[in-house]
Amino acid sequence: MNKGMDRRTFLKGAGALAAAAALPVGLVEVAWGKKPGETFTFAYISDAHITQISGPQFVKNFDKGLQKAVLEVNFMDPKPDFVVFGGDLAQLGKKEEIDHGLEILKDLTVPVKWVIGEHDYYLDLGKYWQEKVSPLHYSFDHKGVHFVVLNSILTHDDWTHKRWPTAEERMHQMARLDNPEGSPFMVKDEQLAWLKGDLAKVKKDTQLVVLSHSPLYKVFKPWNFWTDDAEKVQALLKPFQSVQVLHGHVHQVLYNQIGNISFNAFMATAWPWPYPVSYNQLPNKVPDMTVFMNRADPFKERDGTGWGKIDIAGNRGVAHHYELWENSSRTVRKESGKKQPADDTYQDPKKRITPQKHY
Amino acid sequence: MSRFALNGAVAMICALLLTAVSARADEFTKDDLKKWDTAFQSVMKEGEKLFHSGTLGKNSVSCDMCHPHASNTHPETYPKFQKQIGKVVGLRDMINWCIQNPQEGTPLLADDPRMFALEAYIHWERRGVKLEPGKH
Ligand code: HEC
Ligand SMILES: [Fe+2]
Ligand SMILES: [Fe+2]
Repeated sequence: MNKGMDRRTFLKGAGALAAAAALPVGLVEVAWGKKPGETFTFAYISDAHITQISGPQFVKNFDKGLQKAVLEVNFMDPKPDFVVFGGDLAQLGKKEEIDHGLEILKDLTVPVKWVIGEHDYYLDLGKYWQEKVSPLHYSFDHKGVHFVVLNSILTHDDWTHKRWPTAEERMHQMARLDNPEGSPFMVKDEQLAWLKGDLAKVKKDTQLVVLSHSPLYKVFKPWNFWTDDAEKVQALLKPFQSVQVLHGHVHQVLYNQIGNISFNAFMATAWPWPYPVSYNQLPNKVPDMTVFMNRADPFKERDGTGWGKIDIAGNRGVAHHYELWENSSRTVRKESGKKQPADDTYQDPKKRITPQKHY
Repeated sequence: MSRFALNGAVAMICALLLTAVSARADEFTKDDLKKWDTAFQSVMKEGEKLFHSGTLGKNSVSCDMCHPHASNTHPETYPKFQKQIGKVVGLRDMINWCIQNPQEGTPLLADDPRMFALEAYIHWERRGVKLEPGKH
């Protein structure tokens, strides 16, 4: 068995092969036979929202979420190759918040790849982040997979530079999710040009993983579950055989497939968000294929939060494990040759459970 | 004359005196409607402000951080049974739960104007949804 591919991944693969035999030819095409490709695992922690109350006081609830994720990732066996932090380390972009978050994350025993979120950015436009944490966009290669990190939470220059009297006010405005004075996220042309150049060097059959904070597709604009120029990014990703976009920001299990691109969002460590279908005053829609996470129980502080791990199973596909605290964990798999990702347990509508119904 | 009848007579005289100076109790004008709506809207707007303010608790956390547009507050399902409280409770009990726990604050009294304001905003964001008391 390949390292990094757990027994369930393997068994599921075998099951898919059996299922393929039973289906009309052409519906399922399983990419066996090719060289298996390298397999590995990395972890995903996101949306810690470390919040300073005053001086050395921070919101304990959110500290505890991040600490729990760090502890559990350190217990992973085998160890993940690295951890992705998906953005929103801070709540209001303050140095104190970023420092406090880094202090908790420094206990991780594996390297971290950093993605910036809007809560980290809109106080000083990423200045402290770049000094202390990471560049805002970059790429790297790992065991034959090309990774690209994007800063997807930029917005119109007027909103950023002319609209607000102070940097603090700008940060406050961007921090409010349901803000009618908000502004949509964007990757913007300069970064798109960089992305185009970066991808020009990559062979089209290379597995591509794109890490962004916001979804690189459009879900619900009023909450910025949205990237305004997502189609331009998708166009650059289109020539590749298999693309995986991993994102935070939405604080929930959410997945989608557009052509060759799979999108998977992970939970926050801080708090869960409702699905947009829970707000009935505006038209809204969530990708049909997503099996919702359970409605949270307000009496359990960590319910609806957690972290994720991702198995890159060579050319067999990608498995996303959702470690949902206070709930059974879930696995959503995109097997190569399958058109869409699917949850191991709940994908069949008949298998859904009552708490997955949101209203 | 019994005390009952006397009360009735007094009430009748009062009513007659009143109709002489203002409209009948069951008649109201468009201006009245506008006035009442303005009164409601201002309480609702106050609720919207509180909901987004972080001043209800002690840790600067605000309701909208977890309930954008007051979603997942489900006012239409109250009163309902809450397992952890062990009985049927009202919307305001859950508002207070969230003030005391995620916001580490002290609960509001039932007649606190801030409680009415929060309820007004929460219901407003859920207008049009059919009432389903008891639903989970
Ligand atoms: C840190 C996150 C958080 C904050 C802050 C928070 N809540 Fe909640 N609240 C929750 C969660 C999670 C639930 C359970 C959601 C559900 O029932 O779908 C909940 C449930 C509720 C419910 C009951 C909903 C139902 O479906 O029965 C009400 C009402 C409520 N909150 C109001 C408020 C108000 C008002 C505030 C601000 C004073 C607030 N909450 C702040 C997380 C939060
Ligand atoms: Fe976030
Ligand atoms: Fe975010």
